[in-house]
Amino acid sequence: MERGYPEYMLESIEFVKKTRERRLKEIPELMTLEEREEILRQYHPDYKEDGKRIVKVGANAGEFMPHEVADLIEAYPLIEPEQIDLSTIDYDSDILIIGAGGAGLTAALWAVSSGADINRILMVTKLRMGDSNSKMSQGGIQAADCEDDNPTLHYLDVLGGGHFTNDPDLVKWLVREAPMIIKWHEELGIMYDKDEEGCMFVAPGGGTCRKRMHSCKDYTGMEIVRVLMDEALNLDIPTLEFTSAVELLMDDAGKVAGAVLWDMEKEDYFIVRAKATLMATGGFGRLHVQEFATTNHYGATADGLVMANRVGARIIDMDSVQYHPTGSSYPEQIVGLLCTEKLRGRGAQPVNKYGEEFVYPLEPRDVESAAFIRECAKGNGLVTPTGMPGVWLDTPLIDILHGEGTIEKEFSAMFLKYARFDIDMTKDPIFVYPTLHFQNGGIVINKRTGVVGVEGLFASGETTGGVHGKNRLMGNSILDYCVYGRRMGIYATEYVKNATVGKLSLDHVTKYVDLLEEAGIPKERKAPILLPEYRGERTISHALPLLG
Amino acid sequence: MEEEAEKEKMVKVYIMGREFEVPATLNIVKAFEYAGYRFVRGIGCRGGYCGACATVYRFKDDYRLNFALACQKAVENNMYLTILPFMPAEKAIYDLNNLKPRGSVLLELYPEIARCVACNTCTKACPQELEVMDYVQAAIRGDIEEVSNLSFDCIQCGLCAMRCPAEIVPYNVGQLARRLYGKYIAPQAMHTHKRVEEIHACVFDEELDNYSLLAKEDVEKLKKIYVEREIKVG
Repeated sequence: MERGYPEYMLESIEFVKKTRERRLKEIPELMTLEEREEILRQYHPDYKEDGKRIVKVGANAGEFMPHEVADLIEAYPLIEPEQIDLSTIDYDSDILIIGAGGAGLTAALWAVSSGADINRILMVTKLRMGDSNSKMSQGGIQAADCEDDNPTLHYLDVLGGGHFTNDPDLVKWLVREAPMIIKWHEELGIMYDKDEEGCMFVAPGGGTCRKRMHSCKDYTGMEIVRVLMDEALNLDIPTLEFTSAVELLMDDAGKVAGAVLWDMEKEDYFIVRAKATLMATGGFGRLHVQEFATTNHYGATADGLVMANRVGARIIDMDSVQYHPTGSSYPEQIVGLLCTEKLRGRGAQPVNKYGEEFVYPLEPRDVESAAFIRECAKGNGLVTPTGMPGVWLDTPLIDILHGEGTIEKEFSAMFLKYARFDIDMTKDPIFVYPTLHFQNGGIVINKRTGVVGVEGLFASGETTGGVHGKNRLMGNSILDYCVYGRRMGIYATEYVKNATVGKLSLDHVTKYVDLLEEAGIPKERKAPILLPEYRGERTISHALPLLG
Repeated sequence: MEEEAEKEKMVKVYIMGREFEVPATLNIVKAFEYAGYRFVRGIGCRGGYCGACATVYRFKDDYRLNFALACQKAVENNMYLTILPFMPAEKAIYDLNNLKPRGSVLLELYPEIARCVACNTCTKACPQELEVMDYVQAAIRGDIEEVSNLSFDCIQCGLCAMRCPAEIVPYNVGQLARRLYGKYIAPQAMHTHKRVEEIHACVFDEELDNYSLLAKEDVEKLKKIYVEREIKVG
């Protein structure tokens, strides 16, 4: 294999090689809680004063949010209520699920097994079934199911990682139901990494006190989601692809009662009336907060936050954004893509351009990211030919520690990703920098996934807040959408048994527009944005929608 | 200066036949966008995990077709490119609970695998570099474990099925085999089952409730417990 790095980066790799043997024995110490706070304050992007502002409207008026999120909250709807004919119901459902990633699929399956009428479920997604961040998660799912571990230790790790800002009750159900999720997955035929006795292979993650990460090689999310999809297809759960919810509907009793859907291809709209509406729209990576690259899938544009906010749902912890410490920073074609934390769990170390270690490899993600940013700010990083900063992640250590072939076996996705660009990560380190990874906060829910203060609306997964507080640990996002997706399916099914829907209305949208006008929000700002805009400048500046 | 030259390098590509100049540092997805296209189909995770951007390309003056994921492949000069919007492939419908992990199940649900002529076209089309033909052959033999292991890295882009002259859908056969393997053949995680029983017996509830209470009422005490917890990750 050729070595796919330019000469000056290869020169730096020589330093990395020279220190490798020493670093096998010497690992930097964990920071104290005070040291963590200090580095976060100085270097984490969340603490940049000019990165956020106070939002003027909605249920969160008066609170700080990143500009990119505030721009969605302070935005006009895509539709004008008077354009929409609410007298014809296109789909009359018990349960409308918005989003078909991990949370949506899990909810759908558990709604069915809890006795919901399959033909009165409707799942909608703006891309294909399964397209989601859920499918992209690599490293694993946490569950305290080993002998020397237990859910109370998991509980402490979640709260400590979230700097004790999490909703304590949501965390309880997260850790308590984790082992049950693994067992359910086993029954569905998900292939977890195990030994010949059935003992799960477990790895540590940043901020965990035990090895608790269950994995399916480095395709954990993909393996889980493709099985959930297979099951949804076998059950024939009614699904609309390439169809996006653009606004929630309410009824005359003030309950959420369905949604206005928009066909992404035919560009017409549909009305869904539903007794329960389940928000599973995922996160916001494609907003590129503070211009960071992202690991997220194409549709991660926070549509659910926008729609829920307009019916009065509160959102929390939006001032904290998770930057994953190890996004690819070279080569340019894969900038921002995730390099799983499990690499560090198995022994890879972050080192600077001189081959020197500068941080304990498994601090909580926000702390680890801040340390990377500090190292580059000190001038100890490198800059790629396309201007991307970064440090080395010394991956060859994994094979040295665990035997030749370990990387190819356990990290086949990552190995292939780099091999495609002539980089052999078993021999050379990879070049990384923090990348926008996860929406820590979101819609406020209770333990039954009901959206607090809004009847008829449920939410789970990345669009919600509280579970992770202001910082999520590795392996708790899959767990979150499994535990709370499951609960959403169960409790929504219970709810619709006695629920009724009144006359449909978009008055809440009209009222929101009034608030926006009062606040003097510029008219051209609209949301949800549905898809990010990446077209070339020439096309955008000269676009003419002549066909209407 | 060398770095600057690298940055500016442009290549000529043909997007569905139309000629565009795009920066050489782009992958195929970004090249389409640079040229002015906005994706609704043919796109998903943009990270090589979802199989939505299966791409067929060839080079000018070369008859051979090549295959890739648009998000994982750098543009090269004189590429003729198309991204496939949809794969019209059949999937068998089954209730996994009613299947037995016998090798013949694969043939029963996907009888067309017997038509495999071992031409290896599927393998050549696989952007994940899997030995697709080998696992189709293993499926014919009824070796569920072999199919599961050889197909594990499949992202279900569908290119194998679109190229197969025998109209086999290898990626769906692999999905069935893996679920059979995971459910029936792989050894069960007894330690997980044991923990689930303990949780049902409410073994941890008192301590969890105590921690929840501390989190609300005496967080400093909880912080102390957190800091003092034993770390055993070696």
